Amino acid sequence: MRIAIGTRKGLWTALGDAGGWEVSQPLKQMAEFASVAWVPMGEEGPPRLVVGARSWFWGPSVLTSDDDGATWSEPEAGAITFPEDTDAAVERIWNLTPDAREPGRVWAGVEPHSLWKSVDGGSTFELNRALWNHPHRPTWQPGAGGPAVHTIIPRPDESMVIAMSTGGVYRSADSATSWEPANRGIKVIFAPDPYPEYGQCVHRIAMDAVNKDRLYAQNHGGVYRSDDGGTSWQPIMEGLPADFGFVVLAHPTKADTAWVVPIDDSTMFPPEGRLRLWRTDDAGGSWREVGEGLPSDDYTSVLRDAAHVIDLDGTAAIVFGTRNGSVHASLDEGDTFTEVASRLPDVLSVRASA
Amino acid sequence: MITAVVHVPAALAQDSGGRRALEFELRDGATLSDLLDEVARQFPALGRRVRDETGAVRRFVNVYVGDDESRSLDGLATLIADQQTVVVVGSVAGG
Repeated sequence: MRIAIGTRKGLWTALGDAGGWEVSQPLKQMAEFASVAWVPMGEEGPPRLVVGARSWFWGPSVLTSDDDGATWSEPEAGAITFPEDTDAAVERIWNLTPDAREPGRVWAGVEPHSLWKSVDGGSTFELNRALWNHPHRPTWQPGAGGPAVHTIIPRPDESMVIAMSTGGVYRSADSATSWEPANRGIKVIFAPDPYPEYGQCVHRIAMDAVNKDRLYAQNHGGVYRSDDGGTSWQPIMEGLPADFGFVVLAHPTKADTAWVVPIDDSTMFPPEGRLRLWRTDDAGGSWREVGEGLPSDDYTSVLRDAAHVIDLDGTAAIVFGTRNGSVHASLDEGDTFTEVASRLPDVLSVRASA
Repeated sequence: MITAVVHVPAALAQDSGGRRALEFELRDGATLSDLLDEVARQFPALGRRVRDETGAVRRFVNVYVGDDESRSLDGLATLIADQQTVVVVGSVAGG
């Protein structure tokens, strides 16, 4: 399994399996890597590594590599740049999501709130004008990390669901040609109206592996499920040690199965320092702690793009990174973890590929 | 016509064909904005490292016109003199 690890101060990869892990030297330095992705480019050849970088001095970039990070490409004009008429500038590439519906298709969630599409494996992107011109956009607010589209879910029928902080969940039924808010039932704790049409601070959403109308959301306070593609949501956080967190992962093949990483919102640490995943096998009806091998005195946090799950020969493999520079991997659906890397800069993004 | 020389930091040499000093010809009365437009036209990657899509000099980039940082002059409207030296540097930031 390959793992790409984006941190606050550089980029690494790791290669390994149950026998152990080999972590690269830093592939890139002096930049943060808020987003990484392995993009399938067709039947043959390795996946392309696409990364969203930001130099504190020289600004954001999207870089691609077809040799696991040995060499990199970037168009001279940049992969993601706002058209002149928008009077906007890219601050950070928050998320890169390969679209399994077509090899080489990649979506990017960007700050300021915007969605971008590539059809050439992440070399160049086009701004989604429908979302950029949405009448709600001027009223979307920045989350603590900034105003960005951070979660992108391409669905099998050319519909899409996205999430942003703080705008909430939006969906499109027409290949991203138009967008509507989809937040009914998700509570906000920072505004007078607890159930607004939009404006929720949704931290992450994920789609069920079997029932594509079933979505899971880790909200800024509360975990939710939708059974109708986002039309309505219901709380499913009963039984969790904390209702806050940044991560929700849906099992890649099994129905009703998902994981969250609870964080205590009064400390921003795992509850009692126990860094653990919590798993549901009944779509949020109940939860149980998993993660043997994870530390029990770990005062850190796991950011939204720093966790990933993939199907590895019929089993869910989970990998996640922490803000104190560790990367943990499980090859048995989260039951047990081994440490892939430690003492890295704080981990912002992690993606695995079989 | 006037001539100006832009000095490029080592970190950006890959975006200037490996050259650390770039000479540009400009019209009389050209401003720093005109000069950076010419930089971006000839070296697009270098241009967007220095300025963002709106044309603003990036927050942690300093552009010195002679001995003075351009923000302490007239910013992008600073007039460029003949034989002017312009230096691009990353500011002291980070940690």
